[in-house]
Amino acid sequence: MSIFYLLVFPGFLFLSALGLFMEYFDRKVYARMQNRVGPPWYQPLADIIKLVSKETIIPYDTNKKMFAALPVIALAAATTAIFYIPIWSSHALFSFTGDIIVVLYLLTIPTLTFFLAGWNSNSLFAGIGAVRNLTQLFSYEVPLYMGLLAPAFLASSWSLSEISQFYTTHPLLILLNIPAFIVCIIAVQGKLERVPFDIPDAETEIVAGSFTEYSGRYFAIFRMALDTELVVAATLLAAVFIPVFVANPFISFLIYLAKVFVIIFILAIFRSVMARIRMEQMVKFCWRYLAPLALAQIIINILIKGVLPL
Amino acid sequence: MGRVVVPIGTQHPALKEPASFILTLEGEKVVSAKAKLGYNHRGIEKACENRSYIQSLYIVERVCGICSHAHSTVYCEAVEELAGIEIPKRAKYLRTVVCELERLHSHLLWLGVAAHEIGFDTFFMYVWRDREKVMDILENFCGNRVNYGINTLGGVRRDLTPEIIEDIKNLCKLMDERLKIYTDLAMGDATLAARLAKVGRLSKETAIQYGAVGPVARASGVAIDVRVNDPFAAYDEVKANIVVDDNCDVFGRVLVRVLEMVDSVRMLRFMMDNIPDGTISVKVPRKIPAGEVAHRVEAPRGEDAYFLASNGTEKPERIRMRAPTEANWHAIAHMLEGDYLADSPIIIAAIDPCYSCTDRAIQINDLNTGKQDILNWQQLKQYSINWHRENNGIDFAKLKIK
Amino acid sequence: MRRYPGKIIKEAMGNLNSKAATNLYPAAPSIVTKGYRGKLNYNSKACTGCKLCVRDCPAKAIEIVNVGADGEKIFECHLDLGHCIFCGQCADVCPKKCLKVTNEFELATTDKSTLNINLKEV
Repeated sequence: MSIFYLLVFPGFLFLSALGLFMEYFDRKVYARMQNRVGPPWYQPLADIIKLVSKETIIPYDTNKKMFAALPVIALAAATTAIFYIPIWSSHALFSFTGDIIVVLYLLTIPTLTFFLAGWNSNSLFAGIGAVRNLTQLFSYEVPLYMGLLAPAFLASSWSLSEISQFYTTHPLLILLNIPAFIVCIIAVQGKLERVPFDIPDAETEIVAGSFTEYSGRYFAIFRMALDTELVVAATLLAAVFIPVFVANPFISFLIYLAKVFVIIFILAIFRSVMARIRMEQMVKFCWRYLAPLALAQIIINILIKGVLPL
Repeated sequence: MGRVVVPIGTQHPALKEPASFILTLEGEKVVSAKAKLGYNHRGIEKACENRSYIQSLYIVERVCGICSHAHSTVYCEAVEELAGIEIPKRAKYLRTVVCELERLHSHLLWLGVAAHEIGFDTFFMYVWRDREKVMDILENFCGNRVNYGINTLGGVRRDLTPEIIEDIKNLCKLMDERLKIYTDLAMGDATLAARLAKVGRLSKETAIQYGAVGPVARASGVAIDVRVNDPFAAYDEVKANIVVDDNCDVFGRVLVRVLEMVDSVRMLRFMMDNIPDGTISVKVPRKIPAGEVAHRVEAPRGEDAYFLASNGTEKPERIRMRAPTEANWHAIAHMLEGDYLADSPIIIAAIDPCYSCTDRAIQINDLNTGKQDILNWQQLKQYSINWHRENNGIDFAKLKIK
Repeated sequence: MRRYPGKIIKEAMGNLNSKAATNLYPAAPSIVTKGYRGKLNYNSKACTGCKLCVRDCPAKAIEIVNVGADGEKIFECHLDLGHCIFCGQCADVCPKKCLKVTNEFELATTDKSTLNINLKEV
């Protein structure tokens, strides 16, 4: 049964399929906003198949084992995170006290592998991309964590399943977390390296950032990891900020899909209406606006927790 | 932090044509920049010398894909001046109409490229979608989308039909509406302003010192515009406004170009109502009298200057083209220094560079001896072999180049 | 003017439901305007063989050949589409107007040898 969870549902196959579909959805919305036609539904899959069939070039003078292992680690970490997030009911597949921290760390691993991939590539542009990856990590990670932990404070639990259960019984308190939701949506945009925070792989500046030297199947796995990360991040936001579950697991699952669609739609709007900002502007923005907002949310939640008899 | 040398180019996603920029970085800041040209030399000037005046016209038109009409206008007017021919007024107006349509589509193209360089692809798509409308009119009127082929020696080749006048009037209406959106966006979008303001600074004094022209100079507060300073075609009657901005940065260059488009629309509308009747061309002899002439026009990118020498035969003796990019080129290194690496694509793009227009034959000026020399192919080859042997330690002499 | 990010959002959301501006060519036919300069049309009967077109062609793409036997004048026009820049100068200079430009533009081919064509009247 574990193997079924791991490989089929909600693991690798389901996540890959949903990830590819979400990439299509994101690209289609982006294209429609730009008054273009956009890709057909199978385009992300076709891209992956094409990449896999292409020649894989590993640069001379790199650690070849690491070069090959990094994409797999990124994909595995992003996939593992889904098991602790409630999807079809307010109970996740696995849960224990403190799993929200594990999920956050699992979501950090892909970013670290991007950094290592750039560092290991021994290429100028990849190196600059890697440094930018880390700098960006330090700016969005703190607001994201604080934003996600604020609801946990209110629920007085560090377990995603318990947080979901708490908000299912107190649905009005969801509204209280809206500022944190906004912070997290913006920070996730940075985590997923999308406009306006696509600084680490800014095409016109540093070619493809960390992935400059990646090609063929390793690049395909990185692409899959990015898609998976997109879905997992959206799932996490949905579970923490929009914990709407019904008794029927199937209907709950459909609601979950709708939530993911809405979140990715918001992310796509963000992507299409802004220009890419500079690294130092992003750091400034995250620390000057996002982090204090998230901190304020935490303080408010703690105060409310003291006032309300929960 | 150590210094890193980053090569932007010869092949780089930010560059639409090959050119090389060697940036020395300290962290993300550019401490010194070196701009190199010479990857796109096509021998166009020499090719013109081997062809008749009318054949050269089509080569001159292909110096630049985007400002092709400016190049052919300056060439035609120079030849007409040599031949002592006054072209009909309607022809002058028609040239001006295409000039302004070209400015419209060139600035729209630039706006799109600039938006793409800073990752604002939605803006890029909108601008290029609207540019298609201008291109369609140019195609219907002139016969082609970029190398219009509307100019001929002694006038223009096609006349405006009532339908095209109607089309242009509709275009003006559409552009009014769209340009309002773009002006609002350029002035009011926070992310655009964050990326463009205080980037690629070029003060008024430095702009004059480096000899910047066109929108780059105008965005630094230098009020130069050939259309006003030295009117060509029908610009003595169709008055252009000089759009000057004193932001002295990339943001100012965006504003200048957007407001120039508004001005172009105004002029187009004026010309559609006031175009004089008459013939559209006069005959020009195949042999042009001997003489020399220097002429300039305002291309969308700035002043486009030509020198033409004739020896009384069917073929020009010498054509020297100075495309606007060549004048703006020298300021690039100055603008890049002190800014972030992330800004370098937009700074380079902000002069609206056209490298193949700029690449010309070289004359060697030895700074130490003051000697001037023109090298032939064999000497140039030998020079490069020596240079690489001395500077890079590579010996190309063993290589057989045919 | 007040500055805020995402000023284009109204326009972007409005576009979600609009028809795409993309030209779907080659899946859908591409419409060129009436004035477009494409392939040439050659009227052999009107041609006098003055070869002004050959003289003025900037790309040296056009050739007028007399194929008539025993001094008979039957002209053929050979055009190298690989060289032709579609400027239409040959049609402009032709005193008998036997060369005309049409707006036919789908001239691409995968075989280089088929680029050199014998122009016919259409």
